[in-house]
Amino acid sequence: MSLLKVTNLVVSYGGIEALKGISFEVEQGQIVTLIGANGAGKSTTLRTISGLVAPRDGRIYFEGRDITDYNTQKIVETGIAMVPEGRRVFPNLTVLENLRIGAYLRKDKEVIEEDINYVYDLFPRLKERSWQLAGTLSGGEQQMLAVGRAVMTRPKLIMMDEPSLGLAPLVVKDIFRIIQTLKGTGMTVLLIEQNANAALHACDYAYVMETGRITMTGTGDELLASEAIQEAYLGKQADKPARS
Amino acid sequence: MKTTKSKAPMIVTIVVIAAIYAAVFIAEQILPPTSMLFTVLKKGATYALVAVSMNLLNGFTGIFSLGQAGFMLIGAYVYGIFTIPLEARPQVYQYFDGGLVQFTVPLVIAMIFSGLAAAFFAFLIGLPVLRLKSDYLAIATLGFAEIIRAIFQWNGLGPVTNGSNMLRSFPTFNDFNITDGQGNVTVYLSTLVPFIMSGVCILLIVLLIHSSYGRALKAIRDDEVAAEAMGINLAHHKRLAFCVSSFFAGVGGAMLAMYQTTVQAKSFTSAMTYEILLIVVIGGIGSVTGSVLSSFLFVACSEWWLRFLDEKQMIGDFEVPLLRNGFRLVVFSLIIMIVVLFFRRGIMGDRELWDLKFSGKERKRRAKE
Repeated sequence: MSLLKVTNLVVSYGGIEALKGISFEVEQGQIVTLIGANGAGKSTTLRTISGLVAPRDGRIYFEGRDITDYNTQKIVETGIAMVPEGRRVFPNLTVLENLRIGAYLRKDKEVIEEDINYVYDLFPRLKERSWQLAGTLSGGEQQMLAVGRAVMTRPKLIMMDEPSLGLAPLVVKDIFRIIQTLKGTGMTVLLIEQNANAALHACDYAYVMETGRITMTGTGDELLASEAIQEAYLGKQADKPARS
Repeated sequence: MKTTKSKAPMIVTIVVIAAIYAAVFIAEQILPPTSMLFTVLKKGATYALVAVSMNLLNGFTGIFSLGQAGFMLIGAYVYGIFTIPLEARPQVYQYFDGGLVQFTVPLVIAMIFSGLAAAFFAFLIGLPVLRLKSDYLAIATLGFAEIIRAIFQWNGLGPVTNGSNMLRSFPTFNDFNITDGQGNVTVYLSTLVPFIMSGVCILLIVLLIHSSYGRALKAIRDDEVAAEAMGINLAHHKRLAFCVSSFFAGVGGAMLAMYQTTVQAKSFTSAMTYEILLIVVIGGIGSVTGSVLSSFLFVACSEWWLRFLDEKQMIGDFEVPLLRNGFRLVVFSLIIMIVVLFFRRGIMGDRELWDLKFSGKERKRRAKE
């Protein structure tokens, strides 16, 4: 049984269908990525899974349970955490306070302290800056904090929306290393990326989205080898010139 | 690892606060009770509580509400209605046959009622209004305050609210003084007691801000969407902050009633809300100590220090120009403009008194790096 199963999801914003019936699955312990251009509906998918947007049709199952009608709070409690697009750390709270907000719904006080240390082990930079306001961190550090904050909810599935957006190439490398580390600790990752190359190299399985539909699926290596993908997303020219 | 934040600033703060309370107590015994100082301290303590309660909403939760005067009005009326002595009621409610409410409750209970009544109204109003954002919320709450003011002046409610007539004869700050048999005051407490009332309430607000609830409120202020994605229930937390803030505004209203010795709905205008808002902005949005400091400064400037500007002043034979009735307000407005220009984030920014030393250290540490 897959950890997350989305069937025939339809979402519309004021008459415009952002998702036109997509279905996909995320297997336990894997990194699964959704790639696609702007406006393909990737972010909408994540926002719908985390309960911030209500779908018009379709069901979402997590560990076999139907969570479509859960509110965000309940979804976080069931074990789905989100790293929102553009990091969105709380700028006027300290790094430590940001992490504690991640654990807001948890009652297990002692374990929370352990988990804070665990996050600090994952990201020693955050430990150094524990008393600094999150707004004063660099982009990469903020991204680490956003991931750390999500880890603090003790998720089974962690969903990341464009974690590499607006970061320097070296930092992007760091971020993808972190994603692998998370996988190493048994977490499942659902990753959304425009940086198709990096995402396909990192993932176990990938779905390609175009204007609200899933147009192609396969393992990362399969898609990397596919000509259509190379042409559309990796900027390599096949026999036709790349899209302008 | 446990990063230890030095406890020293906190201890210093506690000592300073204790010293202030002691100074207030001693000053009250020594100085004549008619001194302007006590007017300023009493009104300042009242405004400090209301300003902090407003800061809880505007500064810590990011809800821009302008309903403060309305909640103060509710608090002041509830306090008056439940504490006017039975023998005074026939005079106070002379047009309404002595009024409908024919019992009194102890003062502290009446103050808690004041808060609860304000919080109850806040809950009801919050249901529709808290769905609005920023400016729209401000307009809606401002409108609510005006409606409340009109309702409390309505003659139909006269048996309870005394219509547009004032409530009076209820216990005031001066009744806290301890007197001997002949009515001579032995121990003056009329300034210390409001300080204690306001201090306890502000302490409760500070504790709330530093709890995990408070952290969630700050998260909502910083980024609503991210806070929601972390599983924070936005509607629930906003409603909680709104009700708690209104509770303390209601208690502040009860204190204002005690300070003014009379209550009349028409004095709770939106101008009062703006005064409080001004205090919050000058003190620093998101700083409790800033709000407290600036409310005393504000009251002192408007009631005391600038009074001389309203009268003719002579230096020898020379009459100082410009000084005349109303000039005080011109200077006062200028001071506010200067403060806003040079302390753009208020006197304290979003820091607290006990952060000052800490941030000084931090700055040095960062400079070394």
